[in-house]
Amino acid sequence: MVRLFGPLVGLFFAVALLWSFGNGAYTAIKEPAAATAEHEFHLHPKEVKFASDGAFGKFDKQQLQRGFQVYKEVCSTCHSLKHVAFRDLAALGYSEAEVKAIAKEWGAKQPTFDPKSGERGERDNIPSDYFPVVYYAGQGVPPDLSLITKARHDGGAYVHSLLTGYQEQPAELLKKFPDAKTPDGLYYNPYFANLNLAMPAPLSGDGQVTYADGTKATVDQMATDVSAFLIWTAEPKMDKRKQTGWAVLGFLLFATVLAYLAKKNVWADKH
Amino acid sequence: MSFPWANEYKPANGLTQWLDEKLPLPRFVYNAVGAGYPVPRNLNYMWNFGVLAGFCLVLQIVTGVILAMHYAANAGVAFDSVEHIMRDVNWGWMLRYAHANGASAFFVVVYLHIFRGFFYSSYKAPREMIWLLGVVIFLLMMATAFMGYVLPWGQMSFWGAKVITGLFGAIPVVGEPLQVWLLGGYAPDNAALNRFFSLHFLLPFVIAGVIILHIWALHIPGSSNPTGVEVKTESDTVPFHPYYTAKDGFGLGIFLLIYCAVLFFAPNMLGHPDNYIPANPLSTPAHIVPEWYFWPFYAILRAFTSDFFFIPAKLMGVLAMFSAILVWFFLPWLDTSPVRSGHYRPLFRKFFWLLLIDVAVLGYCGGAPAAEPFVMISQIASMYYFLHFLVILPLVSSIEKPEPLPFSITEAVLGKDESAVLNANPAAA
Repeated sequence: MVRLFGPLVGLFFAVALLWSFGNGAYTAIKEPAAATAEHEFHLHPKEVKFASDGAFGKFDKQQLQRGFQVYKEVCSTCHSLKHVAFRDLAALGYSEAEVKAIAKEWGAKQPTFDPKSGERGERDNIPSDYFPVVYYAGQGVPPDLSLITKARHDGGAYVHSLLTGYQEQPAELLKKFPDAKTPDGLYYNPYFANLNLAMPAPLSGDGQVTYADGTKATVDQMATDVSAFLIWTAEPKMDKRKQTGWAVLGFLLFATVLAYLAKKNVWADKH
Repeated sequence: MSFPWANEYKPANGLTQWLDEKLPLPRFVYNAVGAGYPVPRNLNYMWNFGVLAGFCLVLQIVTGVILAMHYAANAGVAFDSVEHIMRDVNWGWMLRYAHANGASAFFVVVYLHIFRGFFYSSYKAPREMIWLLGVVIFLLMMATAFMGYVLPWGQMSFWGAKVITGLFGAIPVVGEPLQVWLLGGYAPDNAALNRFFSLHFLLPFVIAGVIILHIWALHIPGSSNPTGVEVKTESDTVPFHPYYTAKDGFGLGIFLLIYCAVLFFAPNMLGHPDNYIPANPLSTPAHIVPEWYFWPFYAILRAFTSDFFFIPAKLMGVLAMFSAILVWFFLPWLDTSPVRSGHYRPLFRKFFWLLLIDVAVLGYCGGAPAAEPFVMISQIASMYYFLHFLVILPLVSSIEKPEPLPFSITEAVLGKDESAVLNANPAAA
């Protein structure tokens, strides 16, 4: 039975596939898929080096502090960071007192609700609080930034490229795709998936922030620093992960060598 | 059944003797994976993957049970609870990465185990039942992995669940009510997430049960081997312990080195970035793709782009995708060649490698966007896939002239087999 029906079933699927293939080929020749502006003008992120790259890479705390400053002074107006708590900032090298001060002075306050009186209010942040959610009423939906570098391909480089990638819409694009003109209220950026985003260039010029450590705050520097910071917010345990990884691999290598020698020994008379 | 020369379990002391009389569990283990199980002496490293698959299941259950202690199966907080595990639970990041990459590792070793079976025709009599149970395990694994991927409730979780449960909607007449019933709603939401979590916790234990049957069925004829020649005399076998425990120990070391290198240094390599975006029913990702281990089947699903007579394209795709695995159930009766091992089947061997390349191509197309040329390539590759199992394999079995087999396993290893020559039965040779 199997040998009778098997080939028939096989031929059934093969003919159905051939039919789909033929139809697809016919369509591809008759009406080839039209090119789109996204397809032709979208760019992959630039090459950007981060201290945390690679199996030996470690976060540069100084840089993370600078990146945090950029987030605080620029990004946090619109973007939340809800998976990160103030206490986590200790990993950036801040002392307990500094973390307390940062939390207390943070612009957005923690909402409170008194279940007895039903009153809503707000209070200062404390280290155990997560960064308060930012509500944005303007155009567009600013995404939460906690995981942004893990939620995009090559995330760190993507954030850097996006921040430094704003430009005039190329004349070539408009010539080829007259309908693809950037709508009013949106901004052209070839690193963004559909080329136009609601966020205006947030890093507008050198010296937008004043770094405490004296680093010159060029747009490129600020973009790199905040990208590094967002790599940290997405994976605060990365240093620990790599450090553990080396210990584990070292142990496994040793154990595997022993296992190989044991195997050789056991099998010595059987080959 | 075992070979008459199998070592017999002898309780070493009073306690084990007492235990052996009341509940002979040590005897059972001794005969299953100890010195009481004679195994062909010529197994190569392709025979390591069964033990490794068992290890992966244990790894997934252990990490999974701990993750379940911290995870919240509620659509409102599931995504955040995963981030809580990653950030605030002690070693939570390691458990979650171990579990997510453990699923991939499980599929890697199981695919190698299955392709080992293809090449050496491990499915042939008298081992059909082992093979059938193996396919059941694979289907259960796919269901478990799919439901597990939904739990973090990211964008790919949600849209993957929507696409896969949508497949049931392709079934005529009952499809849509069935889909609503399965999901507990019109789209994946809290009801779906909760039942997926429940089933994701249950199915691994069902898998463990079927694995016990799989190994039970294995112990009746005993393990196959690279020559495909059955065991003839004692010199053809060695006791599982210490020979294969030692060999599996080394294999486990190599496996763990690769697995841990990925876990600790590239834990998101096999995942999709979109799953770090919380599920949003109002925003469809540009490309909905499942995890890599589903890609070949996903390519087959998407290869059917035109209605075929009165059958809608979507239904054809669903039928084909399920048939692509169901066809494995019929392998023992489709491949009728009396020779098992691909080493002695020159024509079969060529088609085996072609199948391997074909599945790799399907995998690549399944992960690529549903656009040309990937759709056309996957149509050709799917065609070969079905023709391979259902037409080529039966045909090859009947026209191929196999190469001469070694007289015995011992001869294959040592070049001579004195014991077998002494007891040789000329008729059997």
